Amino acid sequence: MSGKEIILEVKNLSKVYEKEVLHIDQLSIRRGRIYGIIGPSGAGKSTLLRLVNMLEPPTGGEVYFQGRPISINVNGRADAARREMTLVFQKPLLFGTSVEENVAFGLKARRFAREEIRERVDILLGKVGLREFARRHAATLSGGEAQRVALARAVAFEPALLLLDEPTANLDPSNVELIERLIMDLNRETAMTIIIVTHNIFQARRIAQEVIFMHEGRIIEAGETEKVFTSPEDPRTRAFVEGRMVY
Amino acid sequence: MSLLEGVFKAFSLILTLDPNLIRIVLLSLQVSLLAVVFATLAGVPLGAYLGLKPPERTRFVSKLLYTLMGLPPVVAGLVIYLLISRMGPLGVLGLLYTPTAMIMAQFALAVPIIAALTMIGIRSRGKEVQETARTLGADRILIAWTVVRESRFAIFGAVVTGLGRVIAEVGAVMIVGGNIEGHTRVMTTAIVLETGKGNFELALGLGLILLLISFAINSLLYYFQGGGKDIVR
Repeated sequence: MSGKEIILEVKNLSKVYEKEVLHIDQLSIRRGRIYGIIGPSGAGKSTLLRLVNMLEPPTGGEVYFQGRPISINVNGRADAARREMTLVFQKPLLFGTSVEENVAFGLKARRFAREEIRERVDILLGKVGLREFARRHAATLSGGEAQRVALARAVAFEPALLLLDEPTANLDPSNVELIERLIMDLNRETAMTIIIVTHNIFQARRIAQEVIFMHEGRIIEAGETEKVFTSPEDPRTRAFVEGRMVY
Repeated sequence: MSLLEGVFKAFSLILTLDPNLIRIVLLSLQVSLLAVVFATLAGVPLGAYLGLKPPERTRFVSKLLYTLMGLPPVVAGLVIYLLISRMGPLGVLGLLYTPTAMIMAQFALAVPIIAALTMIGIRSRGKEVQETARTLGADRILIAWTVVRESRFAIFGAVVTGLGRVIAEVGAVMIVGGNIEGHTRVMTTAIVLETGKGNFELALGLGLILLLISFAINSLLYYFQGGGKDIVR
């Protein structure tokens, strides 16, 4: 089931605001793997995630999710696809309600039975170490706790594809470690496909099985993590993974 | 009569629950609350819709709403008067000089306020809420409901501001209500009339009640502007 099957494919995808900020000729994501998207600021990493999650339409090109094109919402196809993937933002927004209500949001949207919602919420809050916070108002959480709740909320309905946009930026090391462990556990236990955008090359190396290096809206290099880090083909990739400035 | 004497007599009217005063206060509350309920039903969905649209696409409607927020009550009254007077398109309904006409006039004043303030409230974080709900698989209805729920304090604030505006206005209700005793006389029109007659104690009594209501409304507004206090810690 995992390893070879393509879950997500991107072809000639572009996004133009005032100028072109993204142009990807081709990208294939295999089911059940963790991908790290790395690159300097403005490389188009977050834009790519937003287009994949259909938060905004591409200027051109197509995204195929589980074999179906989803960029245009024909017969609610994008809506259906969106229900099988999710995106966690760098600064997650928690709804102005309790922690457990937040985690239950996606389950309620999918009309899960009340008992199953209660069970899943309890298990997930246990996994993120916040079971005793279940009834607390989300506004009272720290940044790290909020990010853990956002992650629990995102995976509660077991999406086929989990997109993470800098989920540990600005968090303290203990929260970073906890979230990284959660990501790896999720992938190992449920074979969930995960794409994580990170500016932290060490993090990408720690958790990603494959990395994609982006620069100026384009994919410069992609491949197995160790290969990209130890023997990059492109000089810009080499400079970036060695921690030098990339222009 | 000195001011102090007037205030004293006004208090005695309030404390003895003077039937005339109570009738006027109750009618005022009935008219204004109903007007605001209807204005909320129209203004909140309109404001939510506009708030979720990109600002550049709603520029004209936004400007129109902001302009109507400052609509002089006499102008609102005049327009409603022309609509419901015998010669007007709704003349056959015989609404002129009825509480219904007053509700219509106050509705016209409250809708732009409620819609515009709801729009502003939703615009402040509506996009973020909308995107988060979308990423979690919510359909359009759930997204809209979530955005409204997350903006509830701003919306309540908008409603309370609308109520504050209509309960204190005099021009519109005077024109379409006619200030008929026991039928369409409300606090503000009664204050104008009683002052003209030199009956200051009733005018002052009504003024005091109006001030108290205004204080209560502003206290609510203050509460909602602070994001409420329903956070369970």
